[in-house]
Amino acid sequence: MKHIRAVNRKARRIDEIVLAQKAAASQPAGTEADVIALQQQQQQRPHVPIGCTLSFSPGWEVDSAGGTAGLCQPVERDIYDCYVTCFWPAQVPDHLNNYPDWANKCASATKDWRNLDLVTP
Amino acid sequence: MTATESRSYRLGEFHSFEAAGRRFLYLVPAGAVFELDDAAEKLVARLSLGDAAHDELMSELVSKGYSYPDADELLGELYHSHVIVTGETVREPLANPPADFPLQSLVMNLTNQCNLSCTYCYEFGEDKVATPEGKPKFMDMETARASVDFLLGQSGTRQSVHITFFGGETLMNFPLLKGVVAYATEQAAAQGRAVDFSLTTNATLLTPAIIEFLSENRIGVTVSMDGPPDLHDKLRVFANGRGSYDIIEPRVKALIANHRTRPITARVTLTNGVTDVVRIYRHLKQDLGFHEIGFAPVTTSPDRLYSINEKGMDGVLEQFHILADEWLEFALRGEMHGFSNVSDTIAELIQGVNKSHPCGAALGLVGVGPSGDIAPCHRFVDSDTHSLGHISTGIDREKQSDFLTRGHINSKYDCHTCWARPLCAGGCHHEAFVRYGDTGHANLHYCDWIRDWTDTCLRIYGAVSAVNPGFLEQFAERKALS
Repeated sequence: MKHIRAVNRKARRIDEIVLAQKAAASQPAGTEADVIALQQQQQQRPHVPIGCTLSFSPGWEVDSAGGTAGLCQPVERDIYDCYVTCFWPAQVPDHLNNYPDWANKCASATKDWRNLDLVTP
Repeated sequence: MTATESRSYRLGEFHSFEAAGRRFLYLVPAGAVFELDDAAEKLVARLSLGDAAHDELMSELVSKGYSYPDADELLGELYHSHVIVTGETVREPLANPPADFPLQSLVMNLTNQCNLSCTYCYEFGEDKVATPEGKPKFMDMETARASVDFLLGQSGTRQSVHITFFGGETLMNFPLLKGVVAYATEQAAAQGRAVDFSLTTNATLLTPAIIEFLSENRIGVTVSMDGPPDLHDKLRVFANGRGSYDIIEPRVKALIANHRTRPITARVTLTNGVTDVVRIYRHLKQDLGFHEIGFAPVTTSPDRLYSINEKGMDGVLEQFHILADEWLEFALRGEMHGFSNVSDTIAELIQGVNKSHPCGAALGLVGVGPSGDIAPCHRFVDSDTHSLGHISTGIDREKQSDFLTRGHINSKYDCHTCWARPLCAGGCHHEAFVRYGDTGHANLHYCDWIRDWTDTCLRIYGAVSAVNPGFLEQFAERKALS
């Protein structure tokens, strides 16, 4: 390439690929996207888990790899909607006997989810 | 309006640096290094002020005197090499290495016994992961032969494979080492392939006969040594607390004088109070004559007395810079400097590596303990928690996959915006386990140092590539196995 000089092997491979693309295209570089095929490869979308919880409730956040490992706290423990609305025992405080007030400061999950905290039995 | 005209550009992901008065980019998603000319540099500076549409940039360039095709070529080059990208560009996650990744290296722990009692030892010290209770202390020939067969069998179509002898103290089981060299050489030759060897030792048991054997068989030798007597003897001691310097000094000198087939390397462990990098380097290089010297801070949990605190590490890095400047001066004259920490990084920069995992552990490399247990690398040998199977039954693919999934850069969220990730990939699995209790945790305690060091080595790389580019090529085939 004229304006950037490859100075390691990886850069030289990029250089070769760009030159090959340029040679293959009969048009000036940078304009190949003007021709758009009718069917394009599907763009990768973020992974959204499906479950009984509303998607804006805390607990369904995922990291860029689609998992929960990279999140800043173990959200598996505070899936808000498992607290009252679901019969299935989950990793949330027990609202019937021991932690009836856990969600008291969380009137609206989208706004107040920060008030949901871990409990220490 | 066409798609190109409406396209809006922004800067791609790179780290820019200057060397020898020129401007370079380290292109992060690829690991590529490019030098920019004036026009490209100005365009990058323009886009660092904010995004701009294709047409807008074109008319700006044309108003500055570029012809239309020249301006188009400039934009095209930067766009196709991803120095600049468009708004909708999504970063693709790094692909997994193939599941049947062929083995290249096997680290054979000939024994887990050692005649020294170095305080910081990761095999015996306070942070040890090994659980050697009830397992054999010395590897036998049958296990060793099985390991060699395993390595050759699992190495696919590779033309050459590598065996590293490790311990404990390797030379406490020298008869086995000799047997393995003979057996592996014969087996590899029978398949028309090559095998080479290296070993790590504390040098206390070196004899003229052993040195002759090592030289004759072209066995690479790394000596664990921490510097002049006052520093070396702080932690590298016998069980009775006596330092080991006086014992090893004459042996090391004999080794360097008589082992002529491979460079002899010293491996220094830096600890609290043993951070005098330049003095250590001078002693090992000039007084003792080692060809290369590599340094690494001790792997430890942060509350140990011998761990280096942040201030100490800043001091270490300052001294690294002094040696790095020297390395560059040497390189510009076409001479080899022995500071391996630069040489190893340069070797990776030449290739433009972009790692999915910090090292080859459990991919192209495994460790085998005296019992025949397979570990991701020598640092995990004899640990039940980290075992990946047994030499008689092969690698447990499920455990291997779990280890590799956790260690993959894609699962280290903290690393996703770091420009040094192509080289670092989150850092040593073992260090992560000792620090955070998880081999897949990013080593967040040394991010700043890694970035500083990578930037330093990039500047060296840029300067040498501008002035003495041929010099770099000799590092291309270097195998950085530490």
